[in-house]
Amino acid sequence: MRFTHPGYKIASLVAALFVVAACSSTPESAPTGGSTGAASAYAPGSQEDLAANAGDSVFFDLDQYNLKPEGQSTLQAQAAWLAKYPAVTLTIEGHCDERGTREYNLALGERRANAARAYLISLGVDANRLQVISYGKDRPFAVGSDEGAWAQNRRGFSRVN
Amino acid sequence: MTRKFFSLSREGRRAARALALGLALSLGGALALNGPALAQSSVVVQDGRREAIPIAVPNFAGGDLGRQIAEVISADLERSGLFKPIPAGTFPQSPDQLQAQPAFPSWRGAGADALVAGKVVPQGGKTAFEFRLWELNSEQQMTGTAFTADTANWRRVAHIIADTIYNKLTGDTGYFDTRVVYVSESGPKNRRVKRLAIMDQDGANHRFLTSGKDLVLTPRFSPRDQTITYMSYFNDKPRVYLFNIDTGQQEVLGDFPGMTFAPRFSPDGNRVVMSMARDGNTDIYGIDLRTRKFNRLTTSPAIDTSPSFSPDGSQIVYNSDQGGSQQLYVMSAGGGGGKRISFGDGRYATPVWSPRGDYIAFTKMKGGRFMIGVMKPDGSGERILTESFLDEGPTWAPNGRVIAFFRQSPGASGSVKLYSVDVTGFNERLMPTPLDGSDPAWSPLNP
Repeated sequence: MRFTHPGYKIASLVAALFVVAACSSTPESAPTGGSTGAASAYAPGSQEDLAANAGDSVFFDLDQYNLKPEGQSTLQAQAAWLAKYPAVTLTIEGHCDERGTREYNLALGERRANAARAYLISLGVDANRLQVISYGKDRPFAVGSDEGAWAQNRRGFSRVN
Repeated sequence: MTRKFFSLSREGRRAARALALGLALSLGGALALNGPALAQSSVVVQDGRREAIPIAVPNFAGGDLGRQIAEVISADLERSGLFKPIPAGTFPQSPDQLQAQPAFPSWRGAGADALVAGKVVPQGGKTAFEFRLWELNSEQQMTGTAFTADTANWRRVAHIIADTIYNKLTGDTGYFDTRVVYVSESGPKNRRVKRLAIMDQDGANHRFLTSGKDLVLTPRFSPRDQTITYMSYFNDKPRVYLFNIDTGQQEVLGDFPGMTFAPRFSPDGNRVVMSMARDGNTDIYGIDLRTRKFNRLTTSPAIDTSPSFSPDGSQIVYNSDQGGSQQLYVMSAGGGGGKRISFGDGRYATPVWSPRGDYIAFTKMKGGRFMIGVMKPDGSGERILTESFLDEGPTWAPNGRVIAFFRQSPGASGSVKLYSVDVTGFNERLMPTPLDGSDPAWSPLNP
């Protein structure tokens, strides 16, 4: 598998950790930089910060747009992170794997991005801070043609504007 | 509407196009137009497949230009799969000898059923092009034409001659004097540069229409003028645009609050249908290009996309997952409920109505494979024409006999190429492009 977004591996690990943090209602306790050597590499409120401390991606099953529990956890972390940086706005990108037709995938990507957006709004994030865009199958993260790559590409990616 | 389009006489359209070319069209009496109606006599149909007609296309008299014209005509006819040009080495006469009088028995002896004889003569900065088509068994002239054109237009003249030959020998309208607009692709899959590009159907006169700065997708020709509708991510706002090929002018189509995509013109060129996605729901809208008023054609909470008009403009076939999986539906062009027409095993997408009206072409997904197929507008008679890891996006040549599509091979370095295939499923051909290519759209016959 080839990951083209450098934040991905870290993001998925940190997102998994953050399920615990979010459930214990202490997301604000996350480091905002400076507490460790690695964390100081990015600015507070940046894309890298989101990836490291909340997770920037949620993943979907084949031809589906319903959020999975892992995705909901990531979005809960994103909502907490957004509460900490009220000036930050996000564009949620909807992505699909290559095993669909281009036009249908544009619509499916829009559905996925909106599923993530709606969930963030339900968690109290101001709708005006959340835009969506769909790339369908035209901006894949993993460039291989196997199930591992396709799973990576069925994604809602939160881009810090 | 469509009936009118297709019943407009061949010669009438030819004359109209010739005028646009700046041709002084003179159908010379000396050429004794239109011999007996032999047109269909050379066509043998076997199992739905036409036997290729052996034809001799020797160089036209008149030097290099005469040779080039013959090469383009011969290549057009060969690529259609319906003709088999006989090898030049077997030609019994030189172009000049042929101009004097065809030696019919010798040409028959060389294996040809039909013979093309022509010449080019410089005429005050322009060129006079003349050709005759001979049916060799009857030794009858089937057609003959002479016209004068700017020499620079010689490729178009060759395609028009090839269209005439195709029409006379198969009975179908030709499709060689056409272009293909498509998306040229380069770079790695995750940062693909996509540019609109246009070329003649044989790959000549290729040029790029956009710079590659913005992601562009799914161009489609207007059936009536030099306009393309397509989707662009200009300014991070994915919207449907119009592009004027002559002027290069681009404009966003409509002021929609959400992403617009999957555009296609109506047969009269006055409307564009497209999808708009908003808040997770995708419906089909129509926009009148004269008033810019739009109306919503579907209202389901499902994904409704990829609309395509019937050639008479009365119906729209589209793709919807309202039943749970992607299937094809037909509705009135005014909207309202759709009637499902695809019932085979698998998912169906990208329906495109043939300009003839007899078939709907589609992409089918089944068992991890992608196929191009056709079915009748009522959903019966499904036939699969091609299959691979990923075949997608059929588009019809204006005569409704040939389909172009794109084929992607798997993997990080997989290629994406344009292909054509006969509606019978035979004669699959690579359509050469300078770089990779996807989303082809065939033009109508050139104006």
